[in-house]
Amino acid sequence: MALITCDNLTLGYEGRAVLNKLSFAVHAGDYLCIVGANGSGKTTLMRAILGLQPPMEGQVVLGDGLKRGDIGYLPQQSAAQRDFPASVWEVVRSGCLKPGGPLMCYTPAQLALARQSMQRLGIENLAGKAYRRLSGGQQQRVLLARALCAAQKVLLLDEPVAGLDPQITAELYLLISRLNAEGVTILMISHDIQAALRDASHLLHLQPEGWFYGTRAAYLQHRKEELA
Amino acid sequence: MSMWQTLVHYLSFPFVQHALVVGVLVALSASLLGTVLVLRRLSHIGDGLSHVAFGAMAIATVMQLSGDMLLVLPLTMLFSILLLQGNRRARGDASLAMLSVSALAVGYILFNLFPPRGGNVSGDVCTTLFGSTAILTLSRQEVWLSIGLSAVVVGLFAVFYRHIFAFTFDADFCAASGFKLRLYNLALAVVTATVIVLAMNLVGSLLITALLVFPVVSAMRVYHSFRAVTLCAAVFSVTAALLGILLSILAGTPVGATIVAADMLGFILFCALGVLKERGTKA
Repeated sequence: MALITCDNLTLGYEGRAVLNKLSFAVHAGDYLCIVGANGSGKTTLMRAILGLQPPMEGQVVLGDGLKRGDIGYLPQQSAAQRDFPASVWEVVRSGCLKPGGPLMCYTPAQLALARQSMQRLGIENLAGKAYRRLSGGQQQRVLLARALCAAQKVLLLDEPVAGLDPQITAELYLLISRLNAEGVTILMISHDIQAALRDASHLLHLQPEGWFYGTRAAYLQHRKEELA
Repeated sequence: MSMWQTLVHYLSFPFVQHALVVGVLVALSASLLGTVLVLRRLSHIGDGLSHVAFGAMAIATVMQLSGDMLLVLPLTMLFSILLLQGNRRARGDASLAMLSVSALAVGYILFNLFPPRGGNVSGDVCTTLFGSTAILTLSRQEVWLSIGLSAVVVGLFAVFYRHIFAFTFDADFCAASGFKLRLYNLALAVVTATVIVLAMNLVGSLLITALLVFPVVSAMRVYHSFRAVTLCAAVFSVTAALLGILLSILAGTPVGATIVAADMLGFILFCALGVLKERGTKA
């Protein structure tokens, strides 16, 4: 059984479809890159997978014991966030909050999970630092650690390297590949097709005239045929 | 009489004691709400709503309602929910500005068309806009209502502090974790309207934004964690309100404007502290 199955999914706003009859499945351990031009529906698809937007047609099915809220989300940062007064520790542990969880305090288990997530990303020394004083790459690691607090099996990353310089970008890609090797399923929206072809196990290419889904090898073959 | 004796003399009056208690509680809840509004870049909504509250107050005064708040609160709440829940177009810059000035204009026309019996128009308008002496003339019922509502606001912040942080920092992430964003926005709208109506008694509708914005922005100059900023803003706001009320009693200045002046001076002080702290960490 797949973790996430999109079945004949049509998505859009106010009756106008952005994505048509999309079908694909993500299995445990996959590293799926979702590529495509601006406006091709990448973010809309992501919102549908997270359950934030009802499909116009078809459905998103979660399987293998995966429930809504079990997907760790790394959104794109807003300007307000970059200047937000918060310590790294405050941001990371906020990922542990779940509906129906304890209100007044974090449980010891939640705090242990937050510490463990920071260790996995190599940022345990930043705990007391001000989030807004960090570099862009460090901020992304903090938000990744928060996502790992919310969910350990599946991460959904929305252009995680946007605005980062090449070296930091390479480091972050390495980190994501390592998490994937440790068993975390990755879904990543990306503009960077070269990196997608290097790291991803599967690609989903969204285009106005249609979409392609397949393994990396199948995608390369598909591109070759398109060019020929 | 020395200044101290004057102060002690005034403090023996129940209406002054009421003003101090209500002032402190309202300033406290305004600083907490302000932290959320400023960090979510929504402080202009607070400003717009305070003008809506002025219009509502005009209607209440014209209708000669005994408890103004019973009309003003629900009406402000309605607009608050429309603005914070509705589509983004409704809270755009221009549409909010139109709502603001419309409420001011209609309110002023109402005051002039139906001057309250025995009152004078400019006095009533001035009181509603700048608070002047309103805080000192609260009825017993209004005092208890203010205390009760402020206590509820502060209580909500204490209980939901962690969730408020998470939502303020990143609402999308919380939605992805399974939280109901609509519910949170509804609660924010209701609390915003409540605090604005309470604060109108203290500083009048034109100056409410000061109570929302100054404490948190000052605190952010010096502190960098959410907890420190929240606590600092609360202490800052309460101190400014206390100083403002006491000074206004001693100097005979309008209460609301004196509180805002204290906020302003506090902000300048915190800017300087921020610079000094920065140099200290670099050295």
